Amino acid sequence: MAQMNMIQAINSALDVKMSQDPDVLVFGEDVGFFGGVFRCTAGLQEKHGLHRCFDSPISEGGIVGTAVGMGAYGLRPVVEIQFADYIYPGFDQICSEAARLRYRSNGDFTAPITIRSPMGGGIHGGTSHSQSPEALFTHISGLKVIIPSNPYDAKGLLIKAIEDNDPVVFFEPKRLYNGPFDGDHNKPVESWAGHELGEVPEGHYTIDFENARIHQEGSELTILCYGTMVWVAEAAARACGISADIVDLRSLLPLDLDAIVKSVKKTGHCLILHEATRTSGFGAELMAQVQENCFYHLEKPVVRVTGWDTPYPHALEWEYFPGLERVSQSIIRMMEG
Amino acid sequence: MKKIHIKDRLLAMSKAPSKRNVNSLYVPEPKNRPGTTPDFSDLNMPDLYSEKTHTLPRPDTMVDAYETAPLASGLVRVLTLDGRAKGPWNPQLDPDTLRLGLRNMHLTRCVDNRMFNMQRQGKSSFYMKSKGEEGIAVAAAMALKDTDMVFPSYRQQGLLLSRGYPLRDLMCQVLSNSGDKLEGKAIPICYSSREKGFYSIGASLGTQMSHAVGWAMACAYKGTDSLSCAFTGEGATAEGDFHYALTFSSTYRAPCIINVVNNQWAISSFQGIAAGQSKTFAYRGLGFGLASIRVDGNDFLAVYAVMKWAAARARAGGGATVIEHYSYRMEGHSTSDDPSKYRAKDEPDAWPLGDPLERLKEHLILIGEWDEERHAAQEKELNAYVRETYKDAESFGTLATQTGINPATMFEQVYEDMPAHLRRQRQEAGV
Repeated sequence: MAQMNMIQAINSALDVKMSQDPDVLVFGEDVGFFGGVFRCTAGLQEKHGLHRCFDSPISEGGIVGTAVGMGAYGLRPVVEIQFADYIYPGFDQICSEAARLRYRSNGDFTAPITIRSPMGGGIHGGTSHSQSPEALFTHISGLKVIIPSNPYDAKGLLIKAIEDNDPVVFFEPKRLYNGPFDGDHNKPVESWAGHELGEVPEGHYTIDFENARIHQEGSELTILCYGTMVWVAEAAARACGISADIVDLRSLLPLDLDAIVKSVKKTGHCLILHEATRTSGFGAELMAQVQENCFYHLEKPVVRVTGWDTPYPHALEWEYFPGLERVSQSIIRMMEG
Repeated sequence: MKKIHIKDRLLAMSKAPSKRNVNSLYVPEPKNRPGTTPDFSDLNMPDLYSEKTHTLPRPDTMVDAYETAPLASGLVRVLTLDGRAKGPWNPQLDPDTLRLGLRNMHLTRCVDNRMFNMQRQGKSSFYMKSKGEEGIAVAAAMALKDTDMVFPSYRQQGLLLSRGYPLRDLMCQVLSNSGDKLEGKAIPICYSSREKGFYSIGASLGTQMSHAVGWAMACAYKGTDSLSCAFTGEGATAEGDFHYALTFSSTYRAPCIINVVNNQWAISSFQGIAAGQSKTFAYRGLGFGLASIRVDGNDFLAVYAVMKWAAARARAGGGATVIEHYSYRMEGHSTSDDPSKYRAKDEPDAWPLGDPLERLKEHLILIGEWDEERHAAQEKELNAYVRETYKDAESFGTLATQTGINPATMFEQVYEDMPAHLRRQRQEAGV
């Protein structure tokens, strides 16, 4: 075991796979010599060679498109989209090509590619460096959508993604890169050092998709969340003094419905959290699933706490972010109402 | 003389039509719309009957890309319109190879005719003919190695047929029946055959150009001497994907051939809508530092020679070549449009570069290796083969009658392993 933050855990996952499998290669904007703007690919070019970790043109469509071609050939490219906010030029390639290639060719050609991208706010990124576009991708059959909330999961899930024979969109909550974040931006930044989930094996291990993690067990309330909001959920439950079952989904598509149903049936209360905008957000899908599968076990209406339906504002970042206060108030309203 | 006050002059100017008027947005239109007599004089074609106009040199395959500029703005030709093979690009093919090329083109045309009629009978939803462009796909298939992956657009069925893909499989794909290897998942003509080096066609235009470049990068990464060969129509060069493909192939010196089939029409939009003020589509490659050639796409020998040149360059590490195949779409875009609604009725006959099948036939006759009787016999034989194979294919069902495809297969191949939510939905569907 080693102590790693999420950047180091991601770097370690890439390093393990590149060492193990000569068909794994990494490319994207600034990922080569420089090692990526968040340093996730630092040292990989030096260790594995220029042809295995290299810079690409500023062309998200071209990055994903060439990765699809390499994947069809039999390689396992892992590409980085520098910010999730810049994934849209690659959206057509992801939806129309990567996600559809296996189906339309009936398995003749496949796209075993991993698309990594930092997502979410909390770093003063404003409209263009803070978005959480996961729901756009969970609507696309043929894709898998993964969002880790800690270093241990990030490494195990990323190795799993690279080994998966289908295209995986792997979003990394950038506010969690250096430490867990409970939504209180006034507190000093916490580090992963000394944290249980920052204890990461140096070698190879995987975590299955469609396999939610119970972040903490509780009896009164289920909180469905992923990424940064897992930590906000924990802090809010503690602040409210409520016994919450916190379900860290980890994999949004495919979704571990059994874990959700089991928890909601146990507690009878369900709160859904995400940082992304509300309308047609992933919370809507979760709410529908809970309604379809747990209706007669619910004691209260399901509640969503999300980012507002606005672009991510720069100056008013913390008014947008569904932080400790908003989540706590929602918990209290739900439990007392 | 009446003195004109300056204010009146300004008023008069503001009312007069000006070249810089805000209402002068330029929108290009083709010359040959319905009701006109087709006219291609503005193409300024040289004397196509004379070998004296075959002036473009065949440079060394490793030439500096910018030295191909004359090839990108000119038109590489081998066959004169009276059937003689002349000039430095003549690939000197033996008669057997020439006859095979003719046969592959002939087969493609017979298959197209049968499938078009079949769609008209309501047995399939859709078909696209390649009449006039058969030479491009057939010559490409014959000039490349079978292990070179082609990334076709939807009008290169000649590649599949030249590589010996079973005709019945092709027909079953168009019929979306139980013989369809793709189990009816893709629309007709979106074939896929890894075995025959034919990449799965998606109907999104241009998107597979960058896949071809990625494939070529993988060929280089693995240290093989294979290459990839991508096709797009001229219309889809306007997509960002074309730019991506050219950028990445240039940056990583990818062993690939990027073909732009300029058949003059993108459904009802003439080539000028995509070309704008640019000289040729081939010329765009030069801006990326790629070797670029425009070739007479209706000249089988010229296409063959240019493909061989580009393949040799790619295999030797010289990177990608952009080839514009100057051709003409002799029929509608697909079974879903009527070309008489948007272009002059006789335009196909007026196209100055002729019919690729007829031109190769004339050449073979001229050199004494073919004759009208043999050609008629070949047509009869191919039509019989197509007819018999079609009967066989139809016995597996049609979209109009019963496809015979198991509905449960709808949920398969979305992922390698079926996730729980799809298993539940399959159950819900009762299949």
